[in-house]
Amino acid sequence: MKSSVIIFPGSNCDRDMDVALKKFGFENQMVWHNDIEIPKSDLIVLPGGFSYGDYLRCGSIAGKSRIIKSVIDFANSGGLVLGICNGFQILTETSLLPGILQQNKYLNFICKNVFVKIKNKENKYFEKIKKDVLELHIAHNEGNYFCSNDELKSIEDNGQIAVTYCDNKGNDDEKNNPNGALKNIAGIFNKDKNILGMMPHPERMIDPFLSGEDGSLFFENLIESF
Amino acid sequence: MKVKVIVTLKNGVLDPQGKAIQQTLNGMTFDNVSEVRQGKYFDIEINESDESKAKSQVEEMCKKLLANLVIEDYRIL
Repeated sequence: MKSSVIIFPGSNCDRDMDVALKKFGFENQMVWHNDIEIPKSDLIVLPGGFSYGDYLRCGSIAGKSRIIKSVIDFANSGGLVLGICNGFQILTETSLLPGILQQNKYLNFICKNVFVKIKNKENKYFEKIKKDVLELHIAHNEGNYFCSNDELKSIEDNGQIAVTYCDNKGNDDEKNNPNGALKNIAGIFNKDKNILGMMPHPERMIDPFLSGEDGSLFFENLIESF
Repeated sequence: MKVKVIVTLKNGVLDPQGKAIQQTLNGMTFDNVSEVRQGKYFDIEINESDESKAKSQVEEMCKKLLANLVIEDYRIL
């Protein structure tokens, strides 16, 4: 399976993602933001980081970069597009995903392990993961998911909420909300579930020497889903 | 010509920075400040002498890049 990780100026999780994808069997290639075409891929990943220094709004400038038209075309033709952290912000800024990631409610940069509850397994990203709660890492200043009430109703009705912040038992209540995100939302899909954006970093949890291995479950499922 | 744009958060959208500024002002003896909303200001120099054309182009810029209409409104001055 072939994957492509797009590198923007200021991306800083691109190489971690490259290591993770290769570890679980993807033939990964790195693609520069100023290119026009993406080599043949089964999966495109927009990695975490601070593209264009988070100028204007996080992800807004990357959302207008040269490579983005190819990403949008690929996504609209049903291709799998995964955006992690800043990648999630870019996906909302391109309108491939609804809503926006605002500054964290208490104005703090949050860097810690969290638990997330998988809300929908009828998709390629979580289909065969046996666990319902994963321990993953977050590191962001703008992860406070927001959308209009109408939009929220629509994403709930369409099963587009992918993962929510919770405790180790899966209680996704306000007490376990690190950043003020609406409904504890940590990740969402588009309507067709081929696009996933999420704040947590599965690529940081793929080795026992790191702080956990639940990220491995994510990538094992992803490669098996093809 | 120069076109000025102000982008502000829509009413009802949480503005934690504005809130922090308000609380700081209150602590500095400006205790009659009841709300602060923070926004962005753009000075755009555009090579276009027709004012209405320039403003309609800036309007496009606002919709496509300068403001995110999910949470922000824009005003062209």
